[in-house]
Amino acid sequence: MNPKEEKMKIITEEFLENEEDAPVEGLKSSKLPRQKRKKQPPTGGPGEMVSGKAQDDIQEEPVKQEPETQLLSMKAGRGPRNLPPIPASSRTSFAEFSMRERMREKLQAARSKAESALLQEIPTPRPRRLRSPSEKELETEFGVEPSKEALRTQQEDGSQSYSRVKHHEFIRKIKTKPLVPPGFPSAEDAYNFFTFNFDPDPEESEEKPKATAADKDTQEEEAGEEEEPPMQEGVNKTDEEELLSGKDAEEFLVGLDQTAADFVDVRPADYESVHVRMQREKEILFIPSRFTVPTYKKLPENVQPRFPEDEGLYIGERPEVSRTNQNIVENRLLTQEPERGWFGDDGRILALPNPIKPFPSRPPILKQEQAVHVELEMLYKKAVNYVTCSQHMIGAGEAPGIFQLDIDISGLIFTHHPCFSREHVLASKLAQLYDQYLARRQRNKAKFLNDKLQALRNAVQTGLHPEQPHRSLDTTQKAIHEYKAEIRQTRKLRDAEQEKDRTLLKTIIKVWKEMKSLREFQRFTNTPLKLVLRKEKVDQKADDDAYEAEIQVEVSELLEEHLEDYEQKMEEYRMAYQHWKAWRKAQRAKKKKKKQAVVEHPDEESEEPCPEAEPCPGEEPVKPVPPELTEQAVIEQQVRERAAQCRRRSGEPVLVPELSLAGSITPNDQCPSIVFLLVFVGVPFSFEADGSNQLILMTSGKVSNSVAWAVGEHGVPLSPPLSQQIIGFRSALKRADAISSIGTSGLTDMKKLAKWAAESKLDPNDPNNSPLMQLISVATSGEAYVPDFFRLEQLQQEFNFVSDEELNRSKRFRLLHLRNQEVPEFRNYKQIPVYDREIQEKVFQDYEKRLRDRNVIETKDHIDAHRAVVAKYLQQVRESVINRFQIAKHHFLLSDLIIEEEVPNISILGLSLFKLAEQKRPLRPRRKGRKKVTAQNLSDGDIKLLVNIIRAYDIPVRKPTASKFHQQSRSSRTFSEKCAASPAPHSPTHGVDYPLGQVLVRPFVEVSFQRTICHTTTAEGPNPSWNEELELPFRAPNGDYSMTSLQSVKDDVFIHVFDEILYDVLEDDRERQSGIHTRIERHWLGCVKIPFSTIYFQARIDGTFKIDMPPVLLGYSKERNTMIERGFDSARSLSEGSYITLFITIEPQLAPGETIREKFDSQEDEKLLQATEKFQAECALKFPNRRCLPTVIDISGKTVFITRYLKSLNPPQELLDVYPNSPQATAELVACYVSLIPFLPDAVSFAGVCDLWSTSDQFLDLLAGDEEEHAVLLCNYFLFLGKKVWLMMGNAIPEGPTVYVLTWEQNHYLIWNPSSGHFYAQYDTFCPLKSVGCLIGPDNIWFNIQRYDSPLRMNFDVTKPKLWKSFFSRNLPYPGLSSVQPEELIYQRTDKAAAAELQDRIEKILKEKIMEWRPRHLTRWNRYCTSTLRHFLPVLERSQGDDVEDSHRAELLKQLGDYRFSGFPLHMPYSEMKPLIEAVYSTGVHNIDVPNVEFALAVYIHPYPKNVLSVWIYVASLIRNR
Amino acid sequence: MAAAGPSVFLLMVNGQVESAQFPEYDDLYCKYCFVYGQDWAPTAGLEEGISQITSKSLDVRRALVWNFPINVTFKSTNPYGWPQIVLSVYGPDVFGNDVVRGYGVVHVPFSPGRHKRTIPMFVPESTSKLQKFTGWFMGRRPEYIDPKVVAQGEGREVTRVRSQGFVTLLFNVVTKDMRKLGYDTGPVDSQGIVGPSPAQNILW
Repeated sequence: MNPKEEKMKIITEEFLENEEDAPVEGLKSSKLPRQKRKKQPPTGGPGEMVSGKAQDDIQEEPVKQEPETQLLSMKAGRGPRNLPPIPASSRTSFAEFSMRERMREKLQAARSKAESALLQEIPTPRPRRLRSPSEKELETEFGVEPSKEALRTQQEDGSQSYSRVKHHEFIRKIKTKPLVPPGFPSAEDAYNFFTFNFDPDPEESEEKPKATAADKDTQEEEAGEEEEPPMQEGVNKTDEEELLSGKDAEEFLVGLDQTAADFVDVRPADYESVHVRMQREKEILFIPSRFTVPTYKKLPENVQPRFPEDEGLYIGERPEVSRTNQNIVENRLLTQEPERGWFGDDGRILALPNPIKPFPSRPPILKQEQAVHVELEMLYKKAVNYVTCSQHMIGAGEAPGIFQLDIDISGLIFTHHPCFSREHVLASKLAQLYDQYLARRQRNKAKFLNDKLQALRNAVQTGLHPEQPHRSLDTTQKAIHEYKAEIRQTRKLRDAEQEKDRTLLKTIIKVWKEMKSLREFQRFTNTPLKLVLRKEKVDQKADDDAYEAEIQVEVSELLEEHLEDYEQKMEEYRMAYQHWKAWRKAQRAKKKKKKQAVVEHPDEESEEPCPEAEPCPGEEPVKPVPPELTEQAVIEQQVRERAAQCRRRSGEPVLVPELSLAGSITPNDQCPSIVFLLVFVGVPFSFEADGSNQLILMTSGKVSNSVAWAVGEHGVPLSPPLSQQIIGFRSALKRADAISSIGTSGLTDMKKLAKWAAESKLDPNDPNNSPLMQLISVATSGEAYVPDFFRLEQLQQEFNFVSDEELNRSKRFRLLHLRNQEVPEFRNYKQIPVYDREIQEKVFQDYEKRLRDRNVIETKDHIDAHRAVVAKYLQQVRESVINRFQIAKHHFLLSDLIIEEEVPNISILGLSLFKLAEQKRPLRPRRKGRKKVTAQNLSDGDIKLLVNIIRAYDIPVRKPTASKFHQQSRSSRTFSEKCAASPAPHSPTHGVDYPLGQVLVRPFVEVSFQRTICHTTTAEGPNPSWNEELELPFRAPNGDYSMTSLQSVKDDVFIHVFDEILYDVLEDDRERQSGIHTRIERHWLGCVKIPFSTIYFQARIDGTFKIDMPPVLLGYSKERNTMIERGFDSARSLSEGSYITLFITIEPQLAPGETIREKFDSQEDEKLLQATEKFQAECALKFPNRRCLPTVIDISGKTVFITRYLKSLNPPQELLDVYPNSPQATAELVACYVSLIPFLPDAVSFAGVCDLWSTSDQFLDLLAGDEEEHAVLLCNYFLFLGKKVWLMMGNAIPEGPTVYVLTWEQNHYLIWNPSSGHFYAQYDTFCPLKSVGCLIGPDNIWFNIQRYDSPLRMNFDVTKPKLWKSFFSRNLPYPGLSSVQPEELIYQRTDKAAAAELQDRIEKILKEKIMEWRPRHLTRWNRYCTSTLRHFLPVLERSQGDDVEDSHRAELLKQLGDYRFSGFPLHMPYSEMKPLIEAVYSTGVHNIDVPNVEFALAVYIHPYPKNVLSVWIYVASLIRNR
Repeated sequence: MAAAGPSVFLLMVNGQVESAQFPEYDDLYCKYCFVYGQDWAPTAGLEEGISQITSKSLDVRRALVWNFPINVTFKSTNPYGWPQIVLSVYGPDVFGNDVVRGYGVVHVPFSPGRHKRTIPMFVPESTSKLQKFTGWFMGRRPEYIDPKVVAQGEGREVTRVRSQGFVTLLFNVVTKDMRKLGYDTGPVDSQGIVGPSPAQNILW
């Protein structure tokens, strides 16, 4: 196509070039034709027009012989049609040319005929032709043209369409045009241009069909064209001419396009409408409908659906397929394969039963891998006493409490006993037999079998006389045959049963007779047994008939059997006989041959048919004997005999034995004096006179009893609670799986199995269950042998590649195993050696020791035994919690694995917008959160503890020594005082009292953590500001930085405040100029203790803490403080104690442990649990940071509603008696008592992970607990005291999330810290409680929905629903939950002697320790001072350390006048020795190394009820003043 | 080697993260890390690596080629916890945020020799359509907190993932002393050195 197009382009260009010329030519050439056309359209113009062209062509043509004809034809007016091929032929192959030539000639011939006449009328062609002088020119100009044309024709041969022809025509015209002199359009043209109506449309419409038609046959085309109306032709012509002359390039191009379309065959874009496509798709595609197919469509015609299930046939459960899919498949099947082979009788798709079990079944694996025979052995277990402390055991997950199982033993009946007499033996035998009889009668198997027999016989009868002839004879025959076999079987069984019945009856009677004779013989009766045989009359006639009929039936059956048997045997006989005969024949043939030789047995042949046996040698078959038919009489005889034996004779009355205890026992006095022979146990004896039939009887008997759970005082059954969840799970399983419901042992117990089968509604028709059903049916009738053991893995042994012992001996295996079990010692064991020999035995030592110690309570470390038990128990609780946590660690939530952005809500968006406006450098910068580090790739030294010590307030100042003391010890006055005073205008030596501005105290802070000690520089004054950051390295235990390990770090951070005192020890004042000789002493002022776990869970600790100070600090006071600083800090001074501002954090920040997510069992109502969840969720939504715990976990790991913990409980009476008139004092005392119960030191190991709440009695028994327990106990005591009290959940420093107690006193609220016993007013700035989440009362929970959660800014009026959201409201009224607390707390008086002993031991140990800590110095004990202190301690205990300082000091001074004394009493609850030692150590009293220092140490233990001990330790150092 | 048998075996892995097929994404980079059991310890080489960003090739394969080398040697006493290589592929989304495009894991081949592994990659799915949309919009798709979870079976049941793309890895594995310690991991090599007897003529 391309070349053609190109050429066309060229042509166009040429045309354009010649445009100007064209009209000139046109003017001349078309003037006439046009005029003529109007008159004679068919002839004039075209001929005229073309003539020029013809000339061209002729010129081009190599064959120039026929210009005349050409011309002629032109004149005929159809010239242009035949012209184009001519130039083509000029260069094309000769064949083609010739063909065209021929065609042209034909046409021309036809035309010339038609036109010859017209030719004369037109005179013009001649001059025109003559007038073409530039013919030569043209030839030169178009020299290239022919070749192009030739090319084109070559390609297009065969498809010479009209349009193309026309195109050529145009070209011709163009070619002719240059002939005309350029310049002006002719007048005619101009006229035409402006006036003529161009109308290319008809041309288009005309030509199109023509073009298509022309393709078919050129000849026809040509012919047809001639017949076309000339008028139209003329119009066309004109158009073409106008195109040319009018220079309308576009019009021309349209013409060109048309030609192009002819070549290309342009069509509109294919478009199929959706409808059409759908229509078409409908033909191809089949979309099965989703609607249910009516059943009749699926079944063959006129067949009703059958439901085999209704007919009792077993239909397995079909696999679950959705209804829609089923419908689709059915529809598809119906359409595609209408043979309907897919559908069953019930009109559903045939399907195999669902092969999927609803539950996986795996028998529980036996824990201990012991040999099987060991499992089967019976073991004697000693009865275990009920252990009272088992209520603390939480391992089994059982609820604490006492369960009581009542067993009521109603009677014991001996079947044999050493005291039995012969009569007793017989009586028991009789009783047993009677029981047996009753059991048999109840079951009445004989009757059942009899009925069955009757039924079978009937079946045979109907079978023999069939009423439904359609049944094939064959099947009937078969059925009858089976029936008969069944009859035989059943009859045998029945006979056996009947015989048993009868013999039993006989035995009973026999025994009874024996007994009667015995009674007669011994002349007394000592058993009340009495057998009455009741005769039931029977209708003699009917009985006879029945009996006889039965016999007859039996006989006939037997006969029949025999007949059958006989026939069978006959058949066999015949066969055998045939065989034998054949053999004989062969023999005979042989013999015949022999006979020719030896004729010895001539009679043999005659005898042949006779059954007389012939002694044949070798393997010769024995001649069969024909069977004999049994005589009917014989059979009848047999039947009758048997009937007589095992059946009641006809007419004989039915004997019904009745055993009763109505017999009278011979009274004792009537008994003969001789003591009758007793039947001894184990000694053979006999009832027979000859001593045969000996019996050996053992003591045996029956116990009848009933078992039930006891009912408690309040009507509560004392039964172990069943967890709902477990029940649900089990019951679901039960139905599906036998093993899971009754256990593997149940498989051997047929009764259990049968029971389970009945309960679970096993389909007895299910073929899967058939062996089971059979087993059960057999087992329940008690006939089959059931092995009394069951093996699960009988093949296991073969697969063990090494014996278990050997495997266990392997140290490596053991190590791997322990590590896999995540045993703490091995959890992080890396690179277990390849060889056993490389594993050292000591690896296991710690572990084994721990295992050994688990159950051994060591009293060595613990001074009193009770604490030891408690410590052990706590250890166990901790382990179990840790285990729980370990398990929970393997449960994952999505958030554990995947970080996903929350869908942002308005507040977050708002916040982020707000952030945009935030100042870049705010005036009050806040600490920003750091990136958390997951503790994975950490190692020692990576983690640091940062302690930022900012400032302290109200540090006690040194008290000016009393004047007497002062004057005496002038030289020993503190150096620091001098130094510090030196810049001051006053000389220190002048003033007795401290002058203003003198340094009162030089405190510094020492932080100790994990035996690393750092301290700040010393600051001055009672309100020092250090602002120093101390960095302490942190080492995780065993280098294990996993979360669990970090959680269990028990170290504390101690922040001690010391006063640094410089003593001038220069002996001689004269040396003062040349040397400084001072001694630094530091006096402990107080400390703050923060557990590491708190820091870990809190991530940071920021705040002001109260410094824990001893009640008495000798030499220091705070009075001066207030005096000096009065005016600018009076508010702070109001509060007692000193405070320190700290910021502690861990660098890098560690991801804190998550709370355990395990869902615990609960005995709470499901509704309540749901409500709590909802409440919690709602609260968390509003205030995610406020704590709210409607439910807590009790010590056995069950979820308990929190209000159940609150109940009025009595404090010890002793405490109430102390201040009978002052409720406030009593409250304080009670709080103090509660605070004396030690804080559970182990709690840190699972603080935050899982809070276990123990009840108050458990708490008091354990004598250890965390904030919750303290708070609950205190709350309960306050309830008893009649206060309005709430538990208050919130955050405090340094504890973090904690529980406090809130009380309402007459007109204000008090906040109690239960673990310290301190209380604070609501508006106390130094209250450690910083935020309040919720309040808990005994009957409701209120969540704080106020704007602020700081107690300072809160309103505690819980009745205001706008401030407090209550859990129980009108919608959910308080259901009256019973308390988990005991009714009453019982307090034992603590043994005073034991306390005293403990006191002495503690004192001794502490003294030893102090000496130990001073290895380089001699430690001297000042006994006098010690005794003074010892007297003083009880006073402190009584006053709780208040307001005793002055008197104490005075007394001390009086007694120890010439000593410089530094010391203080420490007060703490007693839990164990270690904290006491720690506390003493941390004060640093022992650090004084003055040569002449003396020490004093006194311990006092005040015993409170329930073994709560308050320990006072007074430790002091004394330096003698010279 | 001492007269006594070896106490550890060595596993040397070198190879490369060759290329990836992520038809929908471009400009990706990948990170790899090894996950191994407690008895394993890396002795040489890098356990973790992060590759360059690569764009798709312009040919029809549209491959993302990193050719990012892996070279690490482990020692171990126990084949339990055999090292796995965890790959995570990241790249920018339409808004230019860096999002995860796939996680994948494969064990280092057990037997010595050259191994080519093509591992399918997957990403966690959003929990809801809304989350998905906001995640897409904010450029914060769900990601594993620790990509190493893909090497564990534990806890995976709580996640849902969609698979997209493949990464091809090439491993050249050399082991030492495995056979001496009784672990047979592959066909006997041509030398057939079994037991502690050393090869006869090692000359260098």
